[in-house]
Amino acid sequence: MLHLKSVVAATAAFFLSLALGAPVAEAQQPKHGGTLRFVMKYEPPTLSALNNTSTPTTSAKIWDGLVTYDPDLKPLPMLATSWSVSPDGLQYTFNLREGVTFHDGKPFTSADVAFSIMRLKAGHPRGRGTFANVTEVKAPDAKTAVVVLSKPSPYMMVALGPSESPIVPKHVFENFDVATPPGPPQHIGTGPFVLKEWVRGSHAVLERNANYWDKPRPYLDRVIVRFMPDAAARAAAFEAGDLDLGGSAPVPLSDMERYKSHPRLAVDTRSFAYTGAQHQIFFNLDTPILKEKKVREAIAHALDLQAIVDTVFYGYAKVSPSPISVALTTWYDPAVQPRKFDVNIANKLLDEAGHPRAANGMRFPLRLLYNPFIDARLAEFVRQSLRRVGIDATTQNLEFGAYVKGVYTDRSFDLTIESLTNVFDPTVGVQRGYWSKNFRIGLPFSNSAHYENPEVDRLLEAAAVEIDAAKRKQLFSQFQRIVHADAPSVDLISPLEVIIANKKIRNYARGAEGLGDNFADVHFVD
Amino acid sequence: MLEGRRLLRVLRRTVIQAVPTILGIVILNFLLLKLAPGDAADVMAGEFGAATEETMAMLRQRFGLDVPVLQQLLAYLSNLAQFSLGQSPRYGMPVSELIGQRLPSTLMLMGMALAIAFGLGIALGTAMALTAGRWPDRLLSVVSLIFYSVPGFWIGLMLIVLFSVKLGWLPSGGQETIGAGLTGFDYILDRLKHMILPATSLALFYVAIYGRLTRAAVLEVASQDYVRTAAAKGLPPLAITLRHIVRNALLPVTTLAGIHLGGILGGAVVVETVYSWPGLGRLAFESVMRRDFNVLLGVLLLSSFLVIIANTLVDLLHAWLDPRVEVR
Repeated sequence: MLHLKSVVAATAAFFLSLALGAPVAEAQQPKHGGTLRFVMKYEPPTLSALNNTSTPTTSAKIWDGLVTYDPDLKPLPMLATSWSVSPDGLQYTFNLREGVTFHDGKPFTSADVAFSIMRLKAGHPRGRGTFANVTEVKAPDAKTAVVVLSKPSPYMMVALGPSESPIVPKHVFENFDVATPPGPPQHIGTGPFVLKEWVRGSHAVLERNANYWDKPRPYLDRVIVRFMPDAAARAAAFEAGDLDLGGSAPVPLSDMERYKSHPRLAVDTRSFAYTGAQHQIFFNLDTPILKEKKVREAIAHALDLQAIVDTVFYGYAKVSPSPISVALTTWYDPAVQPRKFDVNIANKLLDEAGHPRAANGMRFPLRLLYNPFIDARLAEFVRQSLRRVGIDATTQNLEFGAYVKGVYTDRSFDLTIESLTNVFDPTVGVQRGYWSKNFRIGLPFSNSAHYENPEVDRLLEAAAVEIDAAKRKQLFSQFQRIVHADAPSVDLISPLEVIIANKKIRNYARGAEGLGDNFADVHFVD
Repeated sequence: MLEGRRLLRVLRRTVIQAVPTILGIVILNFLLLKLAPGDAADVMAGEFGAATEETMAMLRQRFGLDVPVLQQLLAYLSNLAQFSLGQSPRYGMPVSELIGQRLPSTLMLMGMALAIAFGLGIALGTAMALTAGRWPDRLLSVVSLIFYSVPGFWIGLMLIVLFSVKLGWLPSGGQETIGAGLTGFDYILDRLKHMILPATSLALFYVAIYGRLTRAAVLEVASQDYVRTAAAKGLPPLAITLRHIVRNALLPVTTLAGIHLGGILGGAVVVETVYSWPGLGRLAFESVMRRDFNVLLGVLLLSSFLVIIANTLVDLLHAWLDPRVEVR
């Protein structure tokens, strides 16, 4: 076993870094107590991330992961105190923390780890891919778990955070259906908070776990999670002092300026590597007119990405021109730059492609769809940009169910503005959009462009099993350059995570997981 | 004795009429909902942000979406025949339980809103009629016109801005102080405080309608012979107004109230959203967005029950207010 990590030093460095962002004088012991009122936009069917990817923020408070991550995705100990990887990358050995118990008092052992990983492989929407190569998880003793792989899976080590891969108690979930959303009786983990009450449609109350292994944490007495779908209601509640924390731009971006000078609230804008946020336009390559590369390039030249950042997103985004989001700093290749915004070039390309303007100034019509979770103003921006170069784009405002069916089942679109997030690794988050074998009718967030390039397939497949990080980066660089040149998509921007927080709270987003932090270190200051 | 028999007859007739109505509502709703593009599996897989074909197939099978529509309808009806509303695949719990959790909050909100609408509307209307043509009438007419024409969500937001954000008197949303662990009188007071703003926002539109309606009715009744007779025999003006005028003027108002019940349920969606109120309206709305049709059908079924019951009650109330009205 090589690469045994010195985790003690890493831990010390991590907790030292917690003081960053807070005034120096607060390096002293944080005080206990207080209730944090946290707001979420939508109520998830379950608070657990075991078989659901829409709940990372709540899940991480109740269930721990094997590891967690610093802002640069470097793993830090959580339920595993140390780990090692065999040289061939086929065996991961985790040494587990002593003296950890679940909320129901039962001890945490390697059997729970083995069970959880196999359960994630069976029932987690992404886990099926992440853990596809896991053949078994051995438990040689109660505090050692060995994950055995059939093929190297270099992305697995970044998929073990609490918000992605919760470790659940075997004795609770053993007889629980794989696909059913876990209800309150199943909300038992090792995490810093215990589910006390969940009123559907309103809120959930999480109480401090007094037996948490990371003493003296957690500092808070209680976390109240409120589900508020209405942006105006959230804004009012923040203003009235009824909320302390919310992510994913909890109030409209147009109002953000006002909150920046708020006496009690702060606006925190960052990019978190675990989400890898990315907005891009996919072309439907089955549309005859779009088969022509010149037309696709013309469309790319017609879009001013910086203007999108400045106007549609009020500056709360970054230009992200590559199929791998700029949020994934490890993998994004800076050599990939946006095509120059120039209406003349766009017009010239379209003329060359044999699509002259008709008498009404238009060349041809296109159907433009957009994911309803994306600001409709982005679709309007794209529509107007296209009309400027003579493409008569029409947008259709569909709600989510209709949108997913329209793009992925009926394929009744020519362009779609999608938000295919890259999550924490390109193999997990990017490959699905460009791998020819993932062109699947009826499967949401698959290869909607119907893009096929054998070289791209080869690069993606090689990168998926490459354990040498430098070589893997090389493969992904080549991938980015080829896809950018082929232009099956126009990559636009990476929205920033916009958090509104009470100025008196600290340490709510310590690592790469953002608000998927477990909140054990959150505390109030005077 | 005679009264009791009449009541029984009314109830029997209502039940006989209600069964086919409700069956029609169920089937029509079911088929309409199936026309919406995308199903629960599409939405759930979409929300997951990542899914495989196996996940999709598993979801469809679990939701019972992998069989033909007619078979799905029959399965639903047979569930219904056994007094079961089915399961919500999304929440993994019985629909009746989900609805049961939300029903009390919605009924309370509706009840309070109706009470405010009735009380305030009738008082306003009577005041307007008694001062007809003079400045209080004009002023109140303008006020009620504003209530009538300004959308409920805007009134709701403005009430929050004024009473929660600026003055800090009332909470900005929710139905109780979460985690406060209040009991007894404090708890009731807390719930009432949370209910004032949403109930008022919901009621103001109806205050305007009932106000206008009462005004017209009072003016009409006031010119009747029996009112003149009452005045001639020397009754004090207050007694005439309350016993002879307003009681008779209530008839058109009660008729409309029955019809409005369904409308209030619909308006509740907006108010529940603005005030983060965990009620039926929001449950229904979210079920549409998530294609959780078992829940939606359950809510629609319950709402049709509520409307039928309310209409029956209004019929009976009518008969009591005006003995000339024969309940047929």
